[in-house]
Amino acid sequence: MANTLNMAELELRAINSTLQEAAKAQANDTFEIDNPRGSHALACGLDGPLSVTINGSTGYYCAGMNQDAAVTVKGSAGPGVAENMMSGVVTIEGDASQYAGATGRGGLLNIKGNASSRCGISMKGIDIVVHGSIGHMSAFMGQKGNLVVLGDAGDALGDSLYEARLFVRGTVKSLGADCVEKEMRPEHLEFLADILTKAEADAKPEEFKRYGSARSLYNFDIDNADAY
Amino acid sequence: MDKTPNTTPRQSWTFSNDVNSDIRRAAATGIYDIRGGGAKRRVPHFDDLLFLGASMSRYPLEGYREKCDTSVTLGTRFAKKPIELKIPVTIAGMSFGALSGQAKEALGRGATLAGTSTTTGDGGMTEEERGHSEKLIYQYLPSRYGMNPDDLRRADAIEIVVGQGAKPGGGGMLLGQKITERVAGMRDLPVGIDQRSACRHPDWTGPDDLEIKILEIREITNWEKPIYIKVGGARPYYDTALAVKAGADVVVLDGMQGGTAATQDVFIEHVGQPTLACIRPAVQALQDLGMHREVQLVVSGGIRNGADVAKALALGADAVAIGTAALVALGDNDPKWEAEYQELGTTAGAYDDWHEGRDPAGITTQDPELASRLDPVAAGRRLRNYLNVMTLECQTIARACGKSHVHNLEPEDLCALTMEAAAMARVPLAGTDWYPGKPGF
Repeated sequence: MANTLNMAELELRAINSTLQEAAKAQANDTFEIDNPRGSHALACGLDGPLSVTINGSTGYYCAGMNQDAAVTVKGSAGPGVAENMMSGVVTIEGDASQYAGATGRGGLLNIKGNASSRCGISMKGIDIVVHGSIGHMSAFMGQKGNLVVLGDAGDALGDSLYEARLFVRGTVKSLGADCVEKEMRPEHLEFLADILTKAEADAKPEEFKRYGSARSLYNFDIDNADAY
Repeated sequence: MDKTPNTTPRQSWTFSNDVNSDIRRAAATGIYDIRGGGAKRRVPHFDDLLFLGASMSRYPLEGYREKCDTSVTLGTRFAKKPIELKIPVTIAGMSFGALSGQAKEALGRGATLAGTSTTTGDGGMTEEERGHSEKLIYQYLPSRYGMNPDDLRRADAIEIVVGQGAKPGGGGMLLGQKITERVAGMRDLPVGIDQRSACRHPDWTGPDDLEIKILEIREITNWEKPIYIKVGGARPYYDTALAVKAGADVVVLDGMQGGTAATQDVFIEHVGQPTLACIRPAVQALQDLGMHREVQLVVSGGIRNGADVAKALALGADAVAIGTAALVALGDNDPKWEAEYQELGTTAGAYDDWHEGRDPAGITTQDPELASRLDPVAAGRRLRNYLNVMTLECQTIARACGKSHVHNLEPEDLCALTMEAAAMARVPLAGTDWYPGKPGF
């Protein structure tokens, strides 16, 4: 049975320290959080197997730096959800604000709604699945990991991209500097089939296009100055 | 017939040999000059201030006999575990990547022996550094290279870097030749590519957001670690006030003489304010908010000796940080490598192409052969010696001013040698009771 923590009665510090202690205990406990009321930094810094369901919407940095835990937001999430996530699964049933999954290093961020601008900015190994659309400048300077978008992408997708892989099913308003469409190879289709199943996404791998770095800005060349 | 006398050949001040060489270099390469270090131009500095010393109206403390405390505690505002230092001189953030593993180890060893802290840099925390640093400040930078919650919790304090004095408003670039397998692995990037360090944080944009970011970091670290905010010397009054508003425990203020691993020369020399010009406005902001000594101020950028330390403290800082001077203490730019500096087209004391990774002293390099030239144990001892000397010098001056703690030094103990320094430090021009801008004149 889930332990319930009520934010109408408990302070943020009490909630987070209860969750952090439970995660550290490696007991695979289950928690529900009621009345989150858009609180910032909720369920951040969890370091161990733990299942947390937040019944409502959250503010900034929900599930920040998550390791191993499974956090589900039954609502929408504010800026920087799952920032610098290391592992585990973070699921947002609603929409996510800007910088979702920023600098994330591992695990799965599964956004059932839309994500705003700069989704996956500077991503470093995380997998992000957005069932809806994403805003402008997404995956800016993305280094590693995968961003899978079932809807459309806004302006300047993948600007200054390193080795992150981007998959978009819908339209891309524009590509950023050094981001190009790339060939979809069998290993990419295989990856998509796997991640779409994990994210319970209703889409087929063949429907996506792949985007990645042209690698022309990897070493400074004065002739590329116009790219910026 | 008498020959018409020639005038002495006259070099232009505007188009000096240095300037002309810059123009020729730009014309030949098509790219701006990138280098390490801080501003090289002469700017008003601590040398333009003097201590008055004790006399008829003040009595001094006895050297070698009467105590002059140098301890400093940083992070008393919110953190459960503030940083206790024996001396008011800390080691500034410098990255593994820009510096070799041995150099980072030497900094940790030297700082620990002297009873002070050292700081990571862009690129994450290395075992050498954590293992050899009793007190390690972990920088939280825009790039977030190597950032993870385990290291965050292993740190003794966290320094959120908003800017640095060499380049307020600028990011960084570590050229491909320094991106070895280990450096690349720590930064999640391919080997050998130029690695850009962003100029803005990816998940907050202003002080209101930063306040929430600090809340998150405190929640992740159980409110134990002091949170520093480092700013470049741009608008020190407002930057300090906003850092306090965002919830900083400590403000680190870096003037334009503060170094960098690699930035455009034009940026280093033309953006930002001298360290001397930054201190009083920052202290004023803290005083206006009732936060002076509650939120500690660490000043960096061109600190070289105990007199500089004493002057920074007298103007209101709680501690100082050294970067370039610490590298020199380890052995950077040592004349013993002169032949090799000449081969690189430079000379000892002027070598600043740290980004190229060919440092003869083996400090700003990832080349294993060059890096092995630096013995981290011996270099650590040199740094310890240097830190001890700075502390003794600072105490000597403080005792001469009659102070039982270096924090008791005050602007009243100082005078200025130039109008500029008097205006910036807000202390009287020597021989007068006036400084430019003083009310009532």
